[in-house]
Amino acid sequence: MSQFAINMIFVVGSFALYIAIAIWARAGSTKEFYVAGGGVHPVMNGMATAADWMSAASFISMAGLISVGGYANSTYLMGWTGGYVLLAMLLAPYLRKFGKFTVPDFIGDRFYSSGARLVAVACLIIASVTYVIGQMTGAGVAFSRFLEVSSDMGLIIAAVVVFMYAVLGGMKGITYTQVAQYVVLIVAYTIPAVFISLQLTDTLLPPVGLFSEHTQSGVPLLQKLDEVVRELGFVDYTADVDNKLNMVLFTLSLMIGTAGLPHVIIRFFTVPKVADARWSAGWALVFIAILYLTAPAVASMARLNLMTTIYPAGPTADAIQYAERPDWIKNWEKTGLIKFEDLNGDGRIQLYNHTPQFAEKAAERGWKGNELTVNNDILVLANPEIANLPGWVVGLIAAGGLAAALSTAAGLLLAISSAVSHDLIKGSINPNISEKGELRAARISMAVAIVVATYLGMNPPGFAAQTVALAFGIAAASIFPALMMGIFSKRINSKGAICGMLAGLISTTVYIFLFLGWFFIPGTASYENIPANWFFGISPLSFGAVGAMINFTVAFAVSAVTEKPPVHIQDLVESVRFPRGAGTAVDH
Amino acid sequence: MADDKHNAQAYWQANLRLIIISLVIWTVVSYGFGILLRPLLAGIEVGGTDLGFWFAQQGSILTYIALIFFYAWRMNKLDKEYGVDEE
Repeated sequence: MSQFAINMIFVVGSFALYIAIAIWARAGSTKEFYVAGGGVHPVMNGMATAADWMSAASFISMAGLISVGGYANSTYLMGWTGGYVLLAMLLAPYLRKFGKFTVPDFIGDRFYSSGARLVAVACLIIASVTYVIGQMTGAGVAFSRFLEVSSDMGLIIAAVVVFMYAVLGGMKGITYTQVAQYVVLIVAYTIPAVFISLQLTDTLLPPVGLFSEHTQSGVPLLQKLDEVVRELGFVDYTADVDNKLNMVLFTLSLMIGTAGLPHVIIRFFTVPKVADARWSAGWALVFIAILYLTAPAVASMARLNLMTTIYPAGPTADAIQYAERPDWIKNWEKTGLIKFEDLNGDGRIQLYNHTPQFAEKAAERGWKGNELTVNNDILVLANPEIANLPGWVVGLIAAGGLAAALSTAAGLLLAISSAVSHDLIKGSINPNISEKGELRAARISMAVAIVVATYLGMNPPGFAAQTVALAFGIAAASIFPALMMGIFSKRINSKGAICGMLAGLISTTVYIFLFLGWFFIPGTASYENIPANWFFGISPLSFGAVGAMINFTVAFAVSAVTEKPPVHIQDLVESVRFPRGAGTAVDH
Repeated sequence: MADDKHNAQAYWQANLRLIIISLVIWTVVSYGFGILLRPLLAGIEVGGTDLGFWFAQQGSILTYIALIFFYAWRMNKLDKEYGVDEE
């Protein structure tokens, strides 16, 4: 059977499963549409949260980033998991007790202000829309490589599938498909990792293999990798970093941003009890950790495999002939994600780090520059091919990448559509809308959100690549602090909260715009985005944590000089702190 | 809950104490061992590299899981002790 046919079977099979779930789990009420009826088992919600959270970035890009950056990019591993500790202790149980449907619901009620609610809606929509573009383009890449359709066509197929289960089933349909998608993506991620770990280190578990002996050379894997990359002019894989302040702030921004992302928070509204919300955060992290503990092993092993492919006789010997390159390089060259240019005309593929420090050595070996460009994103997708794994593993990876992208896209779309139908339409424009009318509005908002996301996925705005900075920056600087202060302080009033959110939002976006271009318009950046220009060495990606501190400071300062919140609001804060009396999520 | 404001206060203080202890550990394993204190741990070798690297790529994540489950277990018990649990 051809590889194409195998890929087809895996992808079509998984899609058929999602659609079957969609038909089975239709939503009959707004409560089912927004919070899956509020009766999701905590372990199952943990699994759905894991799929909701782990996006195309986690599945496809993260291992590639770590592979290239080594220790320095451990920030992603800690940052994208540590936020769950904050969620479990600082947000999820209390918001579950509050028992409404959306994140702006809480901000609007706690700060007794439709202004605060609207600021929250705006932050939510900006963060979620930028995030969803990345998922759609990720799905497009996976489609174009594995199913040999154009990425636009792939996107439309993906959108139709999401449409089926998200519009019909709302949170209910999304929850059950996310559980299925988690299983698909985790199996797809771990199986090739186990194979590669066995090949390189004779160790079954990749996280253990990462710190084991490289069977072929008899030295520890990481030591071997350090030696190989050093020989080719790269920084040691395990090398420490100089700018620790930036590393700390970047990790912190990712953590706070994770805890503040609305599509993750609303998953905790679906469990029956406050106690379940706490357990569920733990289970979510267990399911996430299975991928996150495996990713660093995949990263280092794939880097070593790549180097061994290019330098079969070791980094000090000649590189491989271009004519003899393996099939996977040929396959990926077609997508443009691997590029080769024979700079010195010797017919061999020199892959190394062309820096001034390495120039002398390069000249000695007759090298005129790095000749192979490998896009970070293909590492996980090409992994089974690099390691010569059987064809069904490649098919599995295709289905897994799509599951990761679609599950996150659906979660984001639900957060967007519920903010529109529940917070904008019911909360502000037409408070008297009937239950049936609101459910219809929710479905229409979802459909519109899917169409917009698909359009943006096909025509990504120039800033698509910067979406991570923007989405996490906004979630960290505006949403997280507002929620946390709303629960842990009775003194913060509506003026303080609104000023704080705006201060956090504006300072963060301005700092990002300074380096990445005003409104991301190319060529409008005030400073070149290089470490020497960053204020105190803080990169625009790391500013979310600073924005959060600005938010906290402004909110406390403004609240301190203005009136106390009314008594019924102080009682509301009191009530979210105690689990007793939590019903299932209720409507107004 | 209404019968004693005092009881409610004590429950909330216990929760805050637990959160602070957990977040101190959370800070030490990730920002401490994983990043800032890595040079200090450089002498402790783990599989071809040092303990700080292990914490940055494995240890911190494992600690987070333990922290959340410990917190959930402890809080769910405190809910019952202070009589603020859900029926």
